[in-house]
Amino acid sequence: MEFVKSADVVVIGGGIVGTAILRELSKYDLKCVLVEKEPDVALGTTKANSAILHAGFDAPTGSLKAITNVRGNKLYHELEHELDLDIKWTGSLVAATTDEEMQTLQELMARGRKNGVEGLQILSHDEVVEQEPNLTNVKGALWAPSAGVCWPFGAAIAFAECAVQNGAEVIRDCKVLGFVKEDGKITGVETSKGVIAAKYVVNAAGIYADEIAKLAGDDTFTITPRKGEYILFDKTACNSLVYGVVFPCPTKKSKGILVCTTTHGNTFIGPNANEQESKEDLAVTTNGMNEIMASARKLIPNLPMGAAITEFAGLRAVSSTGDFILGPSDKVENLYNAAGMQSPGLTAAPAVGELIAKEIARVSGAAAKTDFKAALPKKKSFVRMTPSEQAAKIAEDKLYGRVICRCETVTEGEIVEAIKSPVGARTVDGVKRRTRAGMGRCQGGFCGPRVTQILARELGISIPEVLKERADSNMFYEKYPVDGGEE
Amino acid sequence: MSQLYDVIIVGGGPAGLSAAYSAWENGAKKIIVIERDRELGGILQQCIHNGFGLHHFKEELTGPGYAHKCIELVKDKPEIETLVDTMVLDVQSNKTVIAVNPEKGLMKLEGKTVILTMGCRERTRGAIRIPGERPAGVFTAGAAQRMVNMEGYLPGHKIVILGSGDIGLIMARRMSLEGCKVQACLEICPFSNGLTRNIVQCLNDYDIPLYLSHTIVAIHGEKRVTGITVAKVDERMTPIPGTEFDIECDTVLLSVGLIPENELSRGLDLAMNPLTNGPVVDQHRETSLDGFFAAGNVVHVHDLVDFVSEEAEIAGKYAALKAQGKLSTDNRTIKVSAIDGVRTCVPQQVTLPAEIPADEKIKLFMRVAAPHRKVKLVVKSGENVLLNRPLPVAKPSEMIAVEIPAAKFNLIGDEISVGLVL
Repeated sequence: MEFVKSADVVVIGGGIVGTAILRELSKYDLKCVLVEKEPDVALGTTKANSAILHAGFDAPTGSLKAITNVRGNKLYHELEHELDLDIKWTGSLVAATTDEEMQTLQELMARGRKNGVEGLQILSHDEVVEQEPNLTNVKGALWAPSAGVCWPFGAAIAFAECAVQNGAEVIRDCKVLGFVKEDGKITGVETSKGVIAAKYVVNAAGIYADEIAKLAGDDTFTITPRKGEYILFDKTACNSLVYGVVFPCPTKKSKGILVCTTTHGNTFIGPNANEQESKEDLAVTTNGMNEIMASARKLIPNLPMGAAITEFAGLRAVSSTGDFILGPSDKVENLYNAAGMQSPGLTAAPAVGELIAKEIARVSGAAAKTDFKAALPKKKSFVRMTPSEQAAKIAEDKLYGRVICRCETVTEGEIVEAIKSPVGARTVDGVKRRTRAGMGRCQGGFCGPRVTQILARELGISIPEVLKERADSNMFYEKYPVDGGEE
Repeated sequence: MSQLYDVIIVGGGPAGLSAAYSAWENGAKKIIVIERDRELGGILQQCIHNGFGLHHFKEELTGPGYAHKCIELVKDKPEIETLVDTMVLDVQSNKTVIAVNPEKGLMKLEGKTVILTMGCRERTRGAIRIPGERPAGVFTAGAAQRMVNMEGYLPGHKIVILGSGDIGLIMARRMSLEGCKVQACLEICPFSNGLTRNIVQCLNDYDIPLYLSHTIVAIHGEKRVTGITVAKVDERMTPIPGTEFDIECDTVLLSVGLIPENELSRGLDLAMNPLTNGPVVDQHRETSLDGFFAAGNVVHVHDLVDFVSEEAEIAGKYAALKAQGKLSTDNRTIKVSAIDGVRTCVPQQVTLPAEIPADEKIKLFMRVAAPHRKVKLVVKSGENVLLNRPLPVAKPSEMIAVEIPAAKFNLIGDEISVGLVL
């Protein structure tokens, strides 16, 4: 067998879970490679979710979901500073509108306390309205001060870049096609870029985790995609919606359709929860939008629909076991699953990383690195700088004086930096997720062509080669050749 | 860097340039125009078709031709400075303007007056909530127009245009001339929102079907657009089940409305008109904040650039007079209300000194809510009719302008209304 590369650990999947695992693995004396089938990391569930760092009262006590949620929440409080993550510790409210739901809040609080969630408290109507003046319909709410919202793609990119800074490798556009096995053990991962020799394999393939496991010989679980649709509002709408995170009372299926304001001040409503067969269908539907609007109106009767700026859908990976599937596979000796990572997967990711990495370090006998660099260089966005910081930055590099995205005030300097960073942007949407260029009210109408030109220049490719997001999602084409001559 | 300008103009499109020239003509000695793009002229620079300037310059010009004329008016005048590639980050209520560009870095400019001429932007897919996948190939018509006309690339090959506003119609023709196949133009209203001449010259002449009362109910394609599903809509603009059909395309261009670009105005807390989406202005184009003027598409979306220039000249003149202390401060205000089929009217108020100059005229610019034939436009104050003008045709897409001698406002109360009589 010819190997293009050899690694101690191959991590499959560059979402929040795969990147968090890679970062934890990079703390040990292990050669680690992450493979991602798409042109960028954070392109699956990580890019379309509620971005909430849950407190941890939802999942049944003792479940992997509950344990890793509470631990993950704690870890984000440390990682926030190390990795310069965008997090707002807003706390969360579960809003009850009936006496029956007030009863549910008591159950949630009791479970949360058993799960180890601190500071839970039931608020009266008046106390809720004091925090969130638009929640006039609400009888009371469960207040969880440890919850927050984060910038999920930013977190995944930061995890990946921190791992790379510690010697790990991230290979994008690299799809897993199969496994090379000897005596029931994986010896190599066959990818679209060749076979990578591997001693251990981590399956963090999101909604495809069951298919990857099956390819390796583990058919003990299946993953069903569950679509969640969202509507995102302009920042100006925040005042007529909410400032923090507001859940309705949960149902058996999900935590419900929430109203939440992101780290950058855009409020969203969503998600609904509809199971489907397709793992690719990310279409937003009329019925879905009507469903989330109707549900959100129960909490906020006057939704400012004129201020909607985009709609999107994400797929959660719902496992057949009902819980996260974490740790060594029962069927394949050196395969480790991190599967079924639906909510609270984003919150749990650092704890899942810790758990899997510790296990692989133990089994392999790898020593912890003494020179692990936990901190990433701080990157302050231009818009958040003081005028003197802005002036200094422009003096250093004049591209910081050219604003490319007018809605979010993103400069050319930041875009170039995002492209040149260790796990840099290669697509228009990749630039968007790193800098916010195109995330504002005009949704890239103004900056899209400009970002395309900057990408082409920095990557040394032609404009028609620049992608929006995935392979073959080209933005622009060459003009037709001119025939010439007179008619 | 801090200097005191008579007039600071935010935006170097036709409105900003016309305002600058007019301010200069009216005695302003220190004027600056700030433009974010790499050249002056605004969106006109990408509008390479003709049809501009018949009213204002009395000749038919292309967009860049019109822009060139505006640029010629301001250039080589020591009193007028222009900055390109420069973004205004903040406008403060004390008329301090913070701007940035790569060469000069952060700049702090101070003005006696400020004119807001930021133009407008296009409504997006998200704003109108078109369902479906989110592949590449969905563009606002203006973004595609810039790419085709200024940068030299195509947005795709098989095109569907949603919205029959003028930009959509112009792009239908443009894409056809580029060798692309324009499959259809869809309009959710039962009537087109574009100029009649554009329907004829941009769709009919190229055999492009126009589907009135139709809209997109799904966009298909995981990577690049592969097609759309279209449905007929009822009178409430709701898709009618069973009327769906598919159109194959790789590109969807959206021409679904323009929104005045008022982020800076909102930061200033200017009184806004919810129907125009622009600041409330008086006949001098002064806003609710003393010394702040606004003109062009930032006030209300115009159909013709000629009217933008006309309005900007008003703003430029009065900003210049204000900067020189020549505007009367002892005024009475008359409110202008749009009623009975008139959707918007600019100015929304008239500010008059006790002694009205004999030759002053007040010009009102209106848009109707729905198309009509043979109606009368009536401007009145109580029972006192100031103007009664028959209109053979009134369309939402075309602005209606009327002029009333200011002297007529002498004898009336504090409010006038502008409405249609059927």
